[in-house]
Amino acid sequence: MTPLFHRFFTGLRAAKIPVSTREYLTLLEALEKGAIDQDLDSFYAVSRAALVKDERNFDKFDKVFAHFFEGIEALGAMFKADEIPDDWLRAEMRRHLTEEEMAALKEMDFDQLMKTLQERLQEQQKRHEGGSKWIGTGGTSPYGHSGWSPNGVRIGGESKNKKANKVWETRRFKDYDNERELGTRNLKMALRRLRRFARDGAEEELDLDDTINATANRGYLDIRMRPEKRNAIKVLVFFDVGGSMDPYIELTERLFSAASSVFKNLEYFYFHNCPYQAVWKSNKRRQSETTSLMDVLHTYPADYKVVFVGDAAMAPTEITHPGGSVEGWNEEAGGVWLRRIAETYPNLIWLNPTPENWWPHTYSVQLIREIVGPERMFPLTLSGVDRAMKELAKK
Amino acid sequence: MRFEGTKDYVATDELAAAVNAAIILERPLLVKGEPGTGKTELAKQVAEALGAPLLEWHIKSTTKARQGLYEYDAVARLRDSQLGDDKVHDVSNYIKKGKLWEAFTHEQRPVLLIDEIDKADIEFPNDLLQELDKMEFHVYETGQTIKAEVRPIVIITSNNEKELPDAFLRRCFFHFIAFPDEETMEQIVKVHYPDLKSRLLSEALQTFFDLRTVPGLKKKPSTSELLDWLKLLMAEDIDPAVLRERDPRKLIPPMHGALLKNEQDVQLFERLAFMSRREGS
Repeated sequence: MTPLFHRFFTGLRAAKIPVSTREYLTLLEALEKGAIDQDLDSFYAVSRAALVKDERNFDKFDKVFAHFFEGIEALGAMFKADEIPDDWLRAEMRRHLTEEEMAALKEMDFDQLMKTLQERLQEQQKRHEGGSKWIGTGGTSPYGHSGWSPNGVRIGGESKNKKANKVWETRRFKDYDNERELGTRNLKMALRRLRRFARDGAEEELDLDDTINATANRGYLDIRMRPEKRNAIKVLVFFDVGGSMDPYIELTERLFSAASSVFKNLEYFYFHNCPYQAVWKSNKRRQSETTSLMDVLHTYPADYKVVFVGDAAMAPTEITHPGGSVEGWNEEAGGVWLRRIAETYPNLIWLNPTPENWWPHTYSVQLIREIVGPERMFPLTLSGVDRAMKELAKK
Repeated sequence: MRFEGTKDYVATDELAAAVNAAIILERPLLVKGEPGTGKTELAKQVAEALGAPLLEWHIKSTTKARQGLYEYDAVARLRDSQLGDDKVHDVSNYIKKGKLWEAFTHEQRPVLLIDEIDKADIEFPNDLLQELDKMEFHVYETGQTIKAEVRPIVIITSNNEKELPDAFLRRCFFHFIAFPDEETMEQIVKVHYPDLKSRLLSEALQTFFDLRTVPGLKKKPSTSELLDWLKLLMAEDIDPAVLRERDPRKLIPPMHGALLKNEQDVQLFERLAFMSRREGS
């Protein structure tokens, strides 16, 4: 097969799309068996179906595809005309030419065809002065017979009888990309990383199917037991509410709704900016019904995994000084309390809804990271939650 | 055998290309997408378009991979042995064929739908790897090997409740049914309700897509909900003008229950209607 496809495959791998050799061979098989029509749209659809198995990677795929099959300058130089099947180019011609022109072209051989295509494209370049829509920057490269290089031409570019944009140009799958903010569904997927159904502990459950089978096989009653299946993970979540967190409430709510359906043992508490001596369970009654943080530390054993959700944006004194709290008087500084939590629970992470590149600019974020450990704060994006869950899952 | 969509089902070019590639290369096609985008329906329509029989295997949280191959009813055999039934001497009397067995031995190339594979245990897809790859399996009780003469067209749907194992994914073609854009949606509606008045349709579609863009909606209405809603609008013979209602007391469009399935969303809808009313005035 042509090196072009091979480079496409390598390009996908370079873009961190997990494509295996097996899938690549499937694509080549599809080409060979004629499962792909001779146009770029069909190639796009089938290659995506064969190579990409997760819609979160569709956007990356679209970008790589555009790179390879549309001759963007940087990679365009790799193209050689003879690597692109004639039929595709003919199909491309059909889009750029009128019916009469096509009829006249029928008799032409491939070289002539290409020449006409060049001319057509040059005309279009004139009409679209300065625009890179039709012809890329490489478009001025020699147009001779063997020197004609498709990198100048945007193969699969705009056409007259179809929508202005190619499907892979519209970037429809942006929303599914990993770095995007989270939908509840995505969150659940990420949180599930942490869910481990462990069959451990004593045998305590009657395995009915196995008992019936064993009894039937032996002809006498043969009781079989199995360890109980249970969700081994216990989670304690602290949500920051109010103030600077307001814009992120919806996001936090989503995280919460996803978290509560994934974990069986989930306890949650609210705090404001930084945890102090008291946290609360109901935001409406935050003044009247609080729980002492000391009680929390004593109630939940150290094998609970702790998740903080908050933007960690506050006045530094709220962390460093007694009485710094905006909620009420605190005898001990927020940092002391936070350290206490971090020391009690070895598995702890902090999810921050603000973008990661803002963090260095907020002093309080630095302070918090120093206390909980700089590697344990993660952005509230899908890949962030994913990384966070990996960190939490560590023993 | 080529699939292009049917008169009852609008398939995008991409979907058709993926289906055809799966048919030609005889590999399973995994279909994901928002609920209500026609994943399950796809298998039915492919079967209809190709004139192939359809076998449906609906997966539940308790479904085991084994059940797709066959089940050995040891209990029945034990009972029969106590009753002195002659059947008991032949073990094959107690083997119950599963959907994969049926599909492998069907005389005509069938379409096999494995619906909502993500509902099952996380190991479920792994347990079917070899069977779907080689399209054969061994029956230990009788020593038979069941092998597909003609590989069935396998369509698998998933709602993304669990991540599927990589080894399984590598063996499938994959298509994600994106939520239809307005143009495609119009086609879909026309397929279902050819007599729908175009004014009602465009008003309704606008309300529908507006509604889907409302941020924070707990559950966005899907295609199937739109179709239900239109059906109600038609049955009640609603005047399109009502959808552009300006009277503050009638802000909520008629029959909104078909579109919005929870109370908070209804409140959001009220807000939207209020805003569009202000836009109009």
